[in-house]
Amino acid sequence: MDSIVLIKQVPDTTEVQLDPKTGNLIREGLKSIINPDDAHALEAALTLKDRFGGKVTALSMGPMQAIDVMTEALGMGADAGVLLTDRAFAGADTWATSFTLARAIQQVGSWDLVFCGRQAIDGDTAQIGPQVADWLGIPQATYVFAIESVNPRHITVKRRLEDGYERLQCRLPALITVIGEMNTPRFPRVDRLLAGCREKAPIRVLNAADIGVKTREVGLEGSLTHVIQTFAPKFKREGKILEGGKEGMVRELIQRLKASEGATACRAFASTCEL
Amino acid sequence: MIVWVEKDLCDGCRRCLKACPYGAIEIKDGKAEILDRCTACGVCLEVCKAKAIFSDAEPKKIPDFSDHTGVWVFAEQRNGQLNRVCLELLGKARELGDALNQEVCAVLLGSRVSDLSQTLIRYGADKVYVVQHKALTHYRTIPYADAVEALVKTHKPNIFLLGASHLGRDLAPRISRRVGCGLTADCTELSIDPEEKILLQTRPAFGGNVMATIANRYSRPQMATVRPGVMVAVPTPDNKGAVVRHPFQITESRIGVKVLETVREKKTGSDLAAAKVIVAGGRGVGDAQGFQILRELADVMGGEVAGTRVAVEEGWIPSENQVGQTGKSVRPEIYIACGVSGAIQHRAGMMHSRYIIAVNKDPRAPIFQVADWGIVGDLHEIVPEMIRQLQASSG
Repeated sequence: MDSIVLIKQVPDTTEVQLDPKTGNLIREGLKSIINPDDAHALEAALTLKDRFGGKVTALSMGPMQAIDVMTEALGMGADAGVLLTDRAFAGADTWATSFTLARAIQQVGSWDLVFCGRQAIDGDTAQIGPQVADWLGIPQATYVFAIESVNPRHITVKRRLEDGYERLQCRLPALITVIGEMNTPRFPRVDRLLAGCREKAPIRVLNAADIGVKTREVGLEGSLTHVIQTFAPKFKREGKILEGGKEGMVRELIQRLKASEGATACRAFASTCEL
Repeated sequence: MIVWVEKDLCDGCRRCLKACPYGAIEIKDGKAEILDRCTACGVCLEVCKAKAIFSDAEPKKIPDFSDHTGVWVFAEQRNGQLNRVCLELLGKARELGDALNQEVCAVLLGSRVSDLSQTLIRYGADKVYVVQHKALTHYRTIPYADAVEALVKTHKPNIFLLGASHLGRDLAPRISRRVGCGLTADCTELSIDPEEKILLQTRPAFGGNVMATIANRYSRPQMATVRPGVMVAVPTPDNKGAVVRHPFQITESRIGVKVLETVREKKTGSDLAAAKVIVAGGRGVGDAQGFQILRELADVMGGEVAGTRVAVEEGWIPSENQVGQTGKSVRPEIYIACGVSGAIQHRAGMMHSRYIIAVNKDPRAPIFQVADWGIVGDLHEIVPEMIRQLQASSG
C-alpha cells in the first residue's frame, strides 16, 4: 500500500499576536509548523504502512524553507520527501496549487492512496484535496476520522458529517482528507530527524520544469482568483450599556438579540424561525 | 515574475505596506522597498496611487463573459430535508441578482425531491433546476459533481453559491476544477462591484486575523461557498418560479464509492469552533460551581461553554475550552462574556464573533469596549434571569 501525503508548511496562526493599537497582525517571529491536519494525514499513512508495509512519500509545495517540514516528515517515518519549489509557484490560488500538486503526484510514480489534511490553518479553504482528486480523476473521501479496512481494491472509511458519520467504501486509488479526530501524530525520532538533515536524505527538490508545467499555468499567473484587497477586520460594535433593573436589562437584551441577525443561532428562538 | 518599485515615483505613502498580505514591503529612506519574501501577488500594484510599483507580468486579458447570466444556489438536501444554508444563500442571491438584473436559480439534486422546489421559490428562486436519479439519493461526490457540471456547462451561470457544509466543501472544489472556474471558500461578505459588475468575495484568512477581498475575473461562474448562519434567509411568499427538470444518466461503475451506512450521533463533547453560541466565563465566575450556571445558559441557547486562561488555570473548565491567544480562536454568532475582564489576549480569540454581550460588575472592564451590548451587574444574578426569560420566551 503506497501512499503520498500532501503537507503544507504554515504560520502558526494560533500564536498570532495582534497589535493592540491598530488591531493588525504582527508577522515578525511567526513560527512555521506542519499544518496540523496534515500531521494527522501523515500519521494515518504511517499507520497503514506499519500494518501493511509499503512506501510513504511526503509532498509539499512552498518556499525552500519548507524543506523543514520534509525533514520532520522523514523524522516521523516517511520514506521520501518531494518539495516543489519555484518562484513561479508563488501566489497560487487553490486551482493553480491543486494543478501543480496533481502534476507532481503523477510524476512520483505508483501509489494507491493520497492523504491530505482537511484544510490548512492559514487559508482554511479545504479545497486542495477534492481539487487534486479531480485532476487525478479518482474518488475521494473527505472529513475522514477512521479507516476500517483496506484491501488491494477498496478502502472503507468513516466520514464525519455535521450530525454523525457515514461509512464509505471507496475504490482505489483514492484521495482521503483527514480530520484531527482521527489520530495523534507520533513524535519524530531523533535519529531519523538527523538522517533527514543530511545531504543524502531522500528529499527531492523539483521546480516547474522538473514536473513539466509551464509557468503560465501555475502560481499567480495560473490562478483564477486574485486577492484585490486585504484589511484588518473591523467590527462596528454598538457598545450599548443597558440600563434599568435586573429584569428590565435582561428583557431589553433578549429583545435586541431576537431582532438581530444572530437570532437564528440561538436555540431558544428556534420556534420563531421557519424550517 | 518580479515586482519592483520605481523610487523616483514613490512618495512613501505606505499604502502598499499596509496592503501587502505577506509583509514583504518596507519603507527605507521614505521609499518603498520590496523584500525577498515577495510572492509577486500584485496586491501592491493595485493600491499604489503614485503608480510607482511595476511587475513584469503581462496583464491577463479578461474574456467576454456576457453569455454567462444568472445567480445560482446549490440547494443542499439530505433525506428530503433542505439544509437551511441554501435558503440563506437564496436571500443573498436575490440581492445579487437584483443588483445585476439577473435571475436567481436553485439547483436541486436527489431522488423524489421535487416537492422542495416550492420552498426554494418561496425563498427567492425564479427557477429551480431539478435533477432526479436513484444514484443521487445519498450524496456521493462523483454523481453530484457530474450532474452539476452538466447543468453549469449547459446554462452558463454568472455566479454560483454553495453552503460551506461538509457536503458543500466536498462538492464545490470538484465542480470548480471541472468547469475551470475559481472558487472562494467561506465568504462572509458578497457584493457586486458597481463598476466592473463582478462579485467581490470577502473572507477571513490567517485564522480570522486578516480579511481578504477576492475577485474572480478570469472565469465563470464566480463560485463561492458561505458558512451556515452567515447570510440571512428572506421569505418571499408571493414569488412565482418555474421548475425545470434535467435528465441524468450514470453507471455505478463510474462512481467508485458506496455509502454503507449513515449514522446519526448525539453530540458529545464541545466543539467551540463550530458553536454558534458561546457562553464564556472568567475570573468573575468565582469557582467551578459558577460554571454550572453558564452551562445552563449555554444549553438553553444551544451553545457551548468556554473560559479565559484564568478559568482554565483555576481548573474550573478543561483547557480545550480556553478561548484566547493561547487557547482557541472562535467566531460564533453570539459570544456572551460573563465575569470576563477582556484582556487583549482573550479578545484576540473572540473579537471576530458576530455579536458580543458582556456581563461584568466593573463598568470599566475593557470587555465593554468590544461588546455590542453590556450589562453592568453580578453575573450570578443576571445569568439566571437570562435563563428564566429565555425559557419563558421559547415557551
